[in-house]
Amino acid sequence: MRVMAQMGMVMNLDKCIGCHTCSVTCKQAWTNRSGVEYVWFNNVETRPGQGYPRGYEDQEKWKGGWKLDRKGRLRLKGGSRLHKLSTIFSNPRLPGIEDYYEPWTYDYDVLINAPAGDDFPVARPKSLITDKDMKVTWSANWDDDLGGAPEHGHKDPIVKKLGDKVKFEFEQAFMFYLPRICEHCLNPSCVASCPSGAIYKREEDGIVLVDQDSCRGWRMCVSGCPYKKIYFNHKTGKAEKCTMCYPRLEAGQPTVCSETCVGRLRYLGLFLYDADRVAEAATVEDEHQLMAAQKSLLLDPRDPEVLAAARRDGIPEDWLEAAGNSPVYDLACKYNVALPLHPEYRTMPMVWYIPPLSPVVDALTETGHDGEDIGNLFGAIDAMRIPIEYLAELFTAGDVEPVNDVLQKLAAMRAHMRTKNLGEPADPEIAAAAGMTIDDLEAMYHLLAIAKYEDRYVIPTAHSEVANALLEEMPGCSVDFDSTNSDNPVGENQPVPVTIESFNLTKQRLEAQDYKDLDYKQ
Amino acid sequence: MNSLNNFLFIVFPYICLTSFVVGHIWRYKYDKFGWTTRSSQWYESRLLRWSSPMFHFGLLGVLAGHFVGLVIPESWTEAVGISESQYHVASAVLGSIAGVVMVIGLIGLIYRRRSTPSVFRATTRTDKLMYVVLGTVIVLGLVTTFYWQILGGGYDYRLTVAEWFRSIFYLNPQVQDIVVAPVLFKVHALSAFLLIGIWPYTRLVHVLSAPVGYLWRPYIVYRSRDDQPQAGNRDPRPGWEKPGLSGTRR
Repeated sequence: MRVMAQMGMVMNLDKCIGCHTCSVTCKQAWTNRSGVEYVWFNNVETRPGQGYPRGYEDQEKWKGGWKLDRKGRLRLKGGSRLHKLSTIFSNPRLPGIEDYYEPWTYDYDVLINAPAGDDFPVARPKSLITDKDMKVTWSANWDDDLGGAPEHGHKDPIVKKLGDKVKFEFEQAFMFYLPRICEHCLNPSCVASCPSGAIYKREEDGIVLVDQDSCRGWRMCVSGCPYKKIYFNHKTGKAEKCTMCYPRLEAGQPTVCSETCVGRLRYLGLFLYDADRVAEAATVEDEHQLMAAQKSLLLDPRDPEVLAAARRDGIPEDWLEAAGNSPVYDLACKYNVALPLHPEYRTMPMVWYIPPLSPVVDALTETGHDGEDIGNLFGAIDAMRIPIEYLAELFTAGDVEPVNDVLQKLAAMRAHMRTKNLGEPADPEIAAAAGMTIDDLEAMYHLLAIAKYEDRYVIPTAHSEVANALLEEMPGCSVDFDSTNSDNPVGENQPVPVTIESFNLTKQRLEAQDYKDLDYKQ
Repeated sequence: MNSLNNFLFIVFPYICLTSFVVGHIWRYKYDKFGWTTRSSQWYESRLLRWSSPMFHFGLLGVLAGHFVGLVIPESWTEAVGISESQYHVASAVLGSIAGVVMVIGLIGLIYRRRSTPSVFRATTRTDKLMYVVLGTVIVLGLVTTFYWQILGGGYDYRLTVAEWFRSIFYLNPQVQDIVVAPVLFKVHALSAFLLIGIWPYTRLVHVLSAPVGYLWRPYIVYRSRDDQPQAGNRDPRPGWEKPGLSGTRR
């Protein structure tokens, strides 16, 4: 057993209102540059829908992720190493502009500077790729809120799989939102696809990053990732991806998408996992068993044996404490309500989802039934096969049983809390029907519904003292300076280390009343 | 004339080779971020799908032919029983096939670059310079092959051009070997050296990072945060341990 830590995320889809705040703040923070106009490290998809880029889940077309070969060995679906190199001059599986969208802006200048005339001036859309006038026909969220679903809905790869069962008529439609970031997989196929070895998984927290200095723009990662969460910067010629806001995480802050989430539906915390068994778990033959295999990799952070092994493998004490308080571990493994996205890609994704009960409740309420009555809810979960089969295609490789279990737990929680709020006597039957206890239900309610900031985000800071230890022991830098204050990881209001070289500059900066007083010529 | 020949076939090649080596080192040290294929497939892939593989695979064939023709002395091939006439036929046929494939690919690529607005807009001035020089080298090479090797019945460049080429790397350049060669060969060789000279400053740098190591490395790459070189820190010298890391997490 080799214990490694992994930063994970859970999203509670029942709470997502599809406001796209996460996408917008992420874009402002990371991809508001030229070359990545079309890049959404975080995007929110309406499901059923095609997603972004269009139809990315159709792996028979894109060949992302892993597969098992005839002998049952784990292989890249996109082909062997030799095959990848032989298609390096033109990657046949690379999505193009037409699969994303042509980014554009508007000619706002006309609105101000147009000469007086009979007509109102109009700001025309201009392509950010060619600078020419363009017709806006598609974008990252064209099918938001089932927009155009009667026409485009059947192009959703999952709808195709389920056949004609999914209806898009207003009365029969169901929908929910699916926010997506990079999955920071335990078995990332983008890393395995990179010819340059420029993409790597960080040993400390499992975050998958692209080394911009080593990337040579071979584009194999873009087609290798089944979630299409690696993007090609067409200006720099390098791959870019969600960084899980690692500079923020290292300072103990949640990611931008989590921090700004209006519905407070995101949870961040550590998983401890057994790195030695990842390949074995990803090789499980039965796709329905993949989720269980993935969960079996996750180690109980309160088990003394696991903790001893983690200490042996060098995971620091405060990280173990954070792992012990991890909300993501509880949601995925203790309450078993969080499910991975498309486990059948065999990448062992580490962003988990609590499937939404709301399509079921909505349908129930529309028929005039009590949407909080446990009997009605359980009956509806059993009866409403289509939304549940759809959710199962997303989260459990088509196995409806785990999705059913989760929805029953959510239904039981809902019914139990209703009796409690109405002052009725608690009915242990409700919890038992979902295979839980009242205490568990209430603890889960606390985590899912109350969800205070410090409960949602349990983020240990990065160990900068390792780097600082180097500095301290460097000859000539003898000033004693404690930078390991874990209460203040950002280092604000701390004594500044002063050396002979920086003494005058530091003194000047401390005494200056105005920035103009500063003499930077020194 | 002598001094011109000395310049063209001694000084100029050495300038270009120096530029090639020093330029690559400089670029690698100061512009790793700019070191990329600058692929334009995201903009357009319909034309690229056939033109780029044709160009690149054709080019690999042509380069292999040049390696055999320039680096391996005629005496070696004769020693293994390949006569000059056999060699000539083989090289003319294989070289022409590879060359034609490459040129069709190149024409496709240039047409694509000019006709697709997004691709043309992403074309820099160095790209254009590189295309002109590369195109010149290729056209001259192809004309030489057709004029001398196919129509002209064959010129044994391995006794002249190749001898001169190898002598450059022995640091003992033999100008008299190349001076006697037909002018087409000379111009082709000079344009090729010009291409070598401008190489490190163009997108051609991607050739040096051809990812053959991918065939042997493990699929999943792990790196530690601490492996990131910090600004101003130089890598530890071999034989010395990093200070102060015992007891802390690596």
